[in-house]
Amino acid sequence: MPTGYGYVLPDQNGWSRALHFAAAWIAVLTGLLHAISGLLTGHFRKNLLPARANLSWRALSTSIAKTLRLERPSEADASSYNVLQRLTYLFVIFVLFPLVVWTGLALSPGFISAFPASVTLLGGRQSARTIHFFVSVALVLFVLVHVAMVCLAGFWNRTGAMITGRSGTHKEHI
Amino acid sequence: MIKVSRRRLIVSGLAATAGASGLAVAARLAQKYGLVPPDHGGIYGLGETLTYASQRLLTRHSLAREFTRSQISPRPFPNYLDPLTEDFKRLQVGGFADWRLSVDGMVVQPASFSISELKSYPSRSHITELVCEEGWSYIAEWIGVPLSHVLHLVGVHPQARYVVYVSMEPDTWDSIDMADALHPQTFLCYGMNGSELPVAHGGPLRMRLPRQIGYKNVKFINRLTVTDSLKKFGKGLGSNGAEYGYAWYTGI
Repeated sequence: MPTGYGYVLPDQNGWSRALHFAAAWIAVLTGLLHAISGLLTGHFRKNLLPARANLSWRALSTSIAKTLRLERPSEADASSYNVLQRLTYLFVIFVLFPLVVWTGLALSPGFISAFPASVTLLGGRQSARTIHFFVSVALVLFVLVHVAMVCLAGFWNRTGAMITGRSGTHKEHI
Repeated sequence: MIKVSRRRLIVSGLAATAGASGLAVAARLAQKYGLVPPDHGGIYGLGETLTYASQRLLTRHSLAREFTRSQISPRPFPNYLDPLTEDFKRLQVGGFADWRLSVDGMVVQPASFSISELKSYPSRSHITELVCEEGWSYIAEWIGVPLSHVLHLVGVHPQARYVVYVSMEPDTWDSIDMADALHPQTFLCYGMNGSELPVAHGGPLRMRLPRQIGYKNVKFINRLTVTDSLKKFGKGLGSNGAEYGYAWYTGI
């Protein structure tokens, strides 16, 4: 497909835009399901909201140091999330995902015709585009770190726990 | 072997049947109320259909955001143009005096219009953003006659559902549904920023749809066909862009 600046792309734009919007629909629909069920079952409150005691500088710095040393979690920690994980999940679920959806909708000419404030609050279309891009990069980085930590904590054990909702009892050997 | 009780089997069977017929009814209703785009098929069609249906349910009558004169972009970017055809150059030399826009299909009175005839009709303008799929955008004042005015002049049959517009550029055509065709900001556009529409921007006549992406705003249009079905145009996907895998509806 010819472009305005002399660089000729192989014609993959149509394919990739279709993939993008199909993925956006899946992300929004499953995300809504996740958010609603998380609120109704108390999952966010019980498993993700950090205890007040863990929010002290001392507790936070211990957790950061442990993470940076790539220490494997103790048996007790492995069945729950530490304070850094909790804060990260809350940030991803309640800040990054809503922001990527909002900035994405702010780029839709049809959507902003009905809800113009969605783009003016972001400072216009090009600002919305920039934020959309960097938030999506942040989400990809989160996925990479998340998967790396799952591997560190025991890939099969954790993946099994994620799917069945029960944590495995067998020891994991990496 | 998993044991399934008879009751459970019957209940699941009934639930599956109800679900399947529910989906079938939803599909029929969506078709009836014009919520299914022509490029709904294939693996990506579901996403396109959800987008188009949501926009038609939520934003059918919304107006594109308009800007102030001071927000007009100083250097509007004219996108790449294929080399102009000999036919086009001949009309250009004559100052487009012989340019005609023909209107046919499901209309009471098929007709054709010169640019000066189009300019003699009530002229409208809006200062709106043209946004490209590639990421760039600019704000300009667009001047033209609302497409709805020309459609009323020729008289559109009540069964009409789409307007197909064809460019003088080879193999370039697109279409919109009646919601967009009758939308007050949809123009047959012949002017830009207080002067004639430059050839680089599609002069003498382009489609201007501020609620859709740039590539839907086809340049050099010289034919409109009103129709109730897009099946007989090209591969039946509603535009030449859709045949390349680009979405037909680009309000996103």
